[in-house]
Order: sequence, then C-alpha cells, then structure tokens
Amino acid sequence: MPGISLGRMLAMARKEAIQLRRDRRSLALAFVVPVLLLLFFGYAITWDVREIRLAVLNEDVGRRGAELVDAFVASGYFRVTEHLARYGDADRRLVEGDVAAVLVIPPTFSRDLAAGRGAAVQLLLDGSDANTATIALGYADAIVARYSGQVVLQGRRSVAPISAETRVWYNPTLESRNMVVPGLIAVIMSIIAATLTSLTVAREWERGTMEQLASTPVHRLEVVFGKLLPYVAIGLFDVAVAVLAGVLVFGVPFRGSLLLLGVMSLLFLLGALGLGMFISAALKSQVLATQVAMVATYLPALLLSGLIFDLASMPWVLRLVSHVVPARYFVNVTRGVFLKGVGLDALWTRGLSMLVFAAAGIGLATASFQKRITR
Amino acid sequence: MSTSLRLLRIRTLVKKELRQLFRDPRTKRVVFGAPIIQVVLFGYAVTTDVRHVSTFVVDHDQTAASRALVDALTASGYFRVVGRSDRSGDIGEALDAGRAVIGIEIPRGFSADLAAGRGARVQVLVDGTNSNTATIAQGYVNRIVQSHGLREAARRGVEFPAGVELRARAWFNPDLTSRAYNVPAVVGVLLLLISFLLTALAVVREREMGTLEQLQMTPLTPGEFILGKTIPVALIAFVDMILVTAVALFWFDVPFRGSALALFVASAVYILASLGAGLLISSISRTQQEAFMGMFLVLLPLVILSGFMYPVDSMPAFFQKLTLLNPMRHFLEIVRAVFLKGAGLAEVWPQVVVIAVMAVAVMGLATRRLGASLRFRS
Repeated sequence: MPGISLGRMLAMARKEAIQLRRDRRSLALAFVVPVLLLLFFGYAITWDVREIRLAVLNEDVGRRGAELVDAFVASGYFRVTEHLARYGDADRRLVEGDVAAVLVIPPTFSRDLAAGRGAAVQLLLDGSDANTATIALGYADAIVARYSGQVVLQGRRSVAPISAETRVWYNPTLESRNMVVPGLIAVIMSIIAATLTSLTVAREWERGTMEQLASTPVHRLEVVFGKLLPYVAIGLFDVAVAVLAGVLVFGVPFRGSLLLLGVMSLLFLLGALGLGMFISAALKSQVLATQVAMVATYLPALLLSGLIFDLASMPWVLRLVSHVVPARYFVNVTRGVFLKGVGLDALWTRGLSMLVFAAAGIGLATASFQKRITR
Repeated sequence: MSTSLRLLRIRTLVKKELRQLFRDPRTKRVVFGAPIIQVVLFGYAVTTDVRHVSTFVVDHDQTAASRALVDALTASGYFRVVGRSDRSGDIGEALDAGRAVIGIEIPRGFSADLAAGRGARVQVLVDGTNSNTATIAQGYVNRIVQSHGLREAARRGVEFPAGVELRARAWFNPDLTSRAYNVPAVVGVLLLLISFLLTALAVVREREMGTLEQLQMTPLTPGEFILGKTIPVALIAFVDMILVTAVALFWFDVPFRGSALALFVASAVYILASLGAGLLISSISRTQQEAFMGMFLVLLPLVILSGFMYPVDSMPAFFQKLTLLNPMRHFLEIVRAVFLKGAGLAEVWPQVVVIAVMAVAVMGLATRRLGASLRFRS
C-alpha cells in the first residue's frame, strides 16, 4: 500500500458528501437542529429565578414586619401573591402548590428588634421543587442578612465592622443567558457529532457496502479523514451560525478572537467526530451506536461540562470523570472567548487538552476501522 | 378473520422483534445498562447546591484579623482557597484563566480599621460567567463577612444589638436535596427516549434494509404490524421504568410516598404517547439516521419545556403556555407528586387524562399515516 494520498482522501470525502447531499432531510436537520436548539435553550432556559411566588403571614404589630416584606419585594426576586391570615393557611397553600414559599413574621418581631433581643422570621419552602427552593432560600438569606445589617446599624452612628464591596466581572448583570448561550455551542457540537458520525460506519456495515469499501485501494486513515471532512465542514458552519445567533439574537457580548474560537472548534470537532466514528465502527449497528453515542457524548457534555451544573459541588468521582469530558474544556473556551475576551495565554491548557482529544478521537477511529470483513 | 389467528400473528411478530433485537447480546447491556448509567449520572451531577467555590486570596494586610476572615469563609464549606498571593493583578489572572471564581482582596490597614471601629472593607471580585453560582456565592460572601464583622466587634467589646435570623423549613424534602427532585424525573425522560427511539428505529430499519416488502407480502394487517412493533418496546420501557425506580429508591434513598398504582397507570399512558410519537417519526423517515435526527428535533424541546432541569415558572409566558402541550411536563408533575408529595390517582387523575388524550391523538395520527405509507395488501 502506497503512502497517504490527499487525492484519495478528497475522493473519499466527495463520496461521503454526495451520499450526504442525497439524504436531503438529514442534511437539513444537520443545519436546522443546532439553530433550533440554540433558540430553545436560549429562550426557555433561564436560571434567573425571578418573581418567586411568595405568600406572607405578617402578624407583627410594629412597622418592622412591613419593612422586611418591602425588602423582599424590592429585591425583585419575590412577588407577594397573597397575604395570609392564619398559620394553618400556609400549609394549605404550599400543599396546593400555589405559592413557592411562605414568609412568616411573628407578632413580637418589631418589639424584639427594638429591645435588641434579636428576632427570627420563618420561611416555609415547597421542597418538592428543590431547585427553585434552593435558589429562593439563597435569595431570602441574602435579603434578610442585608436587612438585619440595616436594623443593627440604624440609630447608631457606627458603621458595619466589616463590609464587602462586591464587583461582578464579565457578566455584571448576572444574566443566565450570557452563561448558557456560549456554553451551548459545545453541547450542540457534541450532539451533532453524535448524531452524524455514530451512524456513518455502522451504515456501511448494515447495508453491506463495507465490502466495497474494503476492496477499494484506500488507506484506512484516508477513509477516516475522508468521512470526517464533510461533517467537519457542517460542524464549523453550525458553530458560525450559533455564534452569529448568540450575538445578534441574544445579544451576548463577543469580546475575544474569532480565529481562536475557530481553531478550538476545529480541534473539538475532530475529536468528537472521531469518537462518534469509533463508536460506530466498533459497534457496527446503528441502533446500538445511537444509544451508546448518547450516553458517551451527549449526556457528559450536558451534565459534566460545567455548562449548567457547578462541577465544584459534585462528588469527587464525577469531578474526576469530568476531566476526560472534552466539552468541559470547550465550554471553558467558548465562555472565555465570548465573555472574558481572553486569548491563548489564558486558554492554552484547554487548547492542549483538546489537541490530545482530537488526536485520540482520530486515532481510535482509525484503529477500530478494520478493512477486513469479519462479523 | 378469527381473533385467535390475529393474536397468533401478533405474537409471532413480537417474538421475531424480540429475537432480532436481542440476537446481539450487546443490546441487553445497552438497553438496560444505559438507563442505569443515566439515572446515576443525573442523580449525582444535577445539583443546584453551591459549595467549594474556588477562591483566590490576596491579603495585603497579613494580620491575624485578615487571616481570621479568610478562615471564616473557608470554614463555611462554601469556599475553597485555590491560591494566595500579594499582588492584586493575580486575581484578575486567576479569574481570566478560570482557575478561580471568586477573588478576595484584603487591603493594608484592614486590621487597624477593624480595631478602631472605622469600618474595615474588603474587595470581592466575582466571575459572573456562571450566573447561578455567582449569585449564590455573592450572597454567601456578604453574609459571612457581615456576621464575622459583628462577632469580631463583640469580641472587642463593641456590642451591636442582635439582628434578624431566617429560619427556613422545606416541606416534602426537608434537606432540600436536589436529588429527590431530579432522580424521579429521569424516569420521564428515559421512558420517552427508549420508547420513542426503539419504535422509530424498529420500523425504519425494515424499510432501510428492504425487509418491509417481505412483511408486506405476509397476510399481516397494518394494525397487527404496529402492535407487533410496539409491544416489545413497551415491555422494555416498563422494565426500564422499574429499574430506574429501583435505583432511585435503593441507591439514592429517594422517598416514595404515594401510590405505585398511580405511577403504573400514568407510565402506561405516557409510554403509549411516546410509542405514538416514535411511530409518527418512523412514518416520515426513510433512514435510521433521519429517524435519529428527527428524534433529537422532537426530544430536546420536550425535555427543555418539561420542567426537568429548568423551572417552568421562570420561563417567558409564551413558553410556559407551550409546556401545557408537552406530555412530559404533565408526567413529571405526576412522578414528583407521587414520589415526594404522596399523591395517588385521586390527586393526579387530571394529568393522567391529559396525557391519555394526547396519547390517543398521537397514536391515531401515527397509525393512519403509517398505515397509508405501508400500503399493506389487506
């Protein structure tokens, strides 16, 4: 067998591209799915839990109770939907699920505070939605702490012993859209890679065209690159569309270098597509390949990339696993380029990880691609 | 035509399907193993808790008081110091490179200001790229710094009156573990995924491999064909549901307070709706790749608009209305109510009816379309 020839590789790519082009609907989906996903995720996913439905049971006879309720409303995180008269109603409203939380202020609230004894308020939460409840609790905690600080200092001429001046970088308004949209590109690329290449080799096996491929004088590296090339092109196009949509539709700031993002996307795509092809070639069955591709690529990209869920809060086993999830590095890169505007000096370790990933993906795909017909 | 003959034909097709599916021993591992991997992954990974936030400390003061403040932050368990230095610029670098999410800078004279009661200040820089973590972490910093300050003042004999304390109590899920909320919901996603994908691929595979013509020559009617294709998938889906529920109960210790009957009935109508969706996709796809892509096109919006990971309440009003058309949203309500709130059929029947109506509609549409596209002789 002679060396690797660019001509044969391109011929292989053309064959794959023709096959893809014939399959008009698959092709359309390859372009439509990413855009649709981005729009859906971008609009529907918001972690900004605003206007949490709050019922208030204010039994306080003084003005402090009303002040605290005002502090809740002014924060923008809570919306008081009703005022309750009895403690028993709190139970009922929570069980019925009409409110997410109930704030209970005791009768002696103002008096206790005036006497410097300290006072407690109660927050009842609907724990069956733990996600919203946790976030609501975090907000309530911060609001009460701030109010408490005001009460403590009020009427005294002193200042708080220590105060923290907080500044938020990169995303000062703390909008979850700015966090979700750049990271999504990584997840969408993982999905595209999984759906497109996990079937490409298995299809040849199932349709029996593998024999033809095996008898053609092409090196398997040529086959792998040839098969990947059209998909890489689609993937890069999808990235470009996603970036445009992110900036134009969602108004996410793009502060870094487009070239850097392009190169990183290329590395990521080569790795992800190679991995999909490896799964396909190793399993030789489209049904199995789709299932395994889901578990091996899409889910880790969604869950273990830090896209939405904080890696630092996960058990150590998952934190360890997340280091071999390439999407984790890619999410870092897209956020870095979009929001932080950083360059290679801050991202080179991620670039290196993705280079390793790309090499591994291509290597695995090539190794698993035997040109022998043994079932 | 006699009913027994009909039953025999359906049974034969079911047997053929199961044999074809499980002829490959790997299928069993994938079809039953993948759901378990997914539920474990979701159980551990999906969490809104914020802990161990990586923190970079620049301490210009280098006194006992400044160290005590940093200790107060780390002792809370919410923050983990990943680096220290004495150059302000290092914070920016650590945030840029993503090594730290929070940077704390304690200025020179911190200890002196604190002792003199002038009000000491610290600077906190937060990486806002992960808005969720940033919001919560910011709240923690403020609270810890404030209460630490009051404690320090009290130690020096400056008494402040006690402030307001928040006592939270969560119903149905006292520890507010996200697991109890998320793990049961995985059932909803998996049932749809399995029934949908396997049905679609089972039909399209015959078309793609050309064996559909063979089937069309047999005296099989479209109805029998559809039953024969869907029954094996429904069986697998039920086994998967039981597996996932078992993992939730025995591995994750999620409470199961409601009625098992309600869960079964709801699952049955939900699986029916998912099978219908799978058939519908298979009636318009010619290749397995198309079917798989089509599945993503349908599945992802369904998952996103179900309240599975993203609260429906915080979606824009239009999307909230859209979720009402989503069977998964109703099924998740049932699952969570049954697991956590102890609901039975008496409480969840409205949702069951909604899903049943959707199932009948989708199934009807799918059989009509598929029946027409199959063009069986009879």
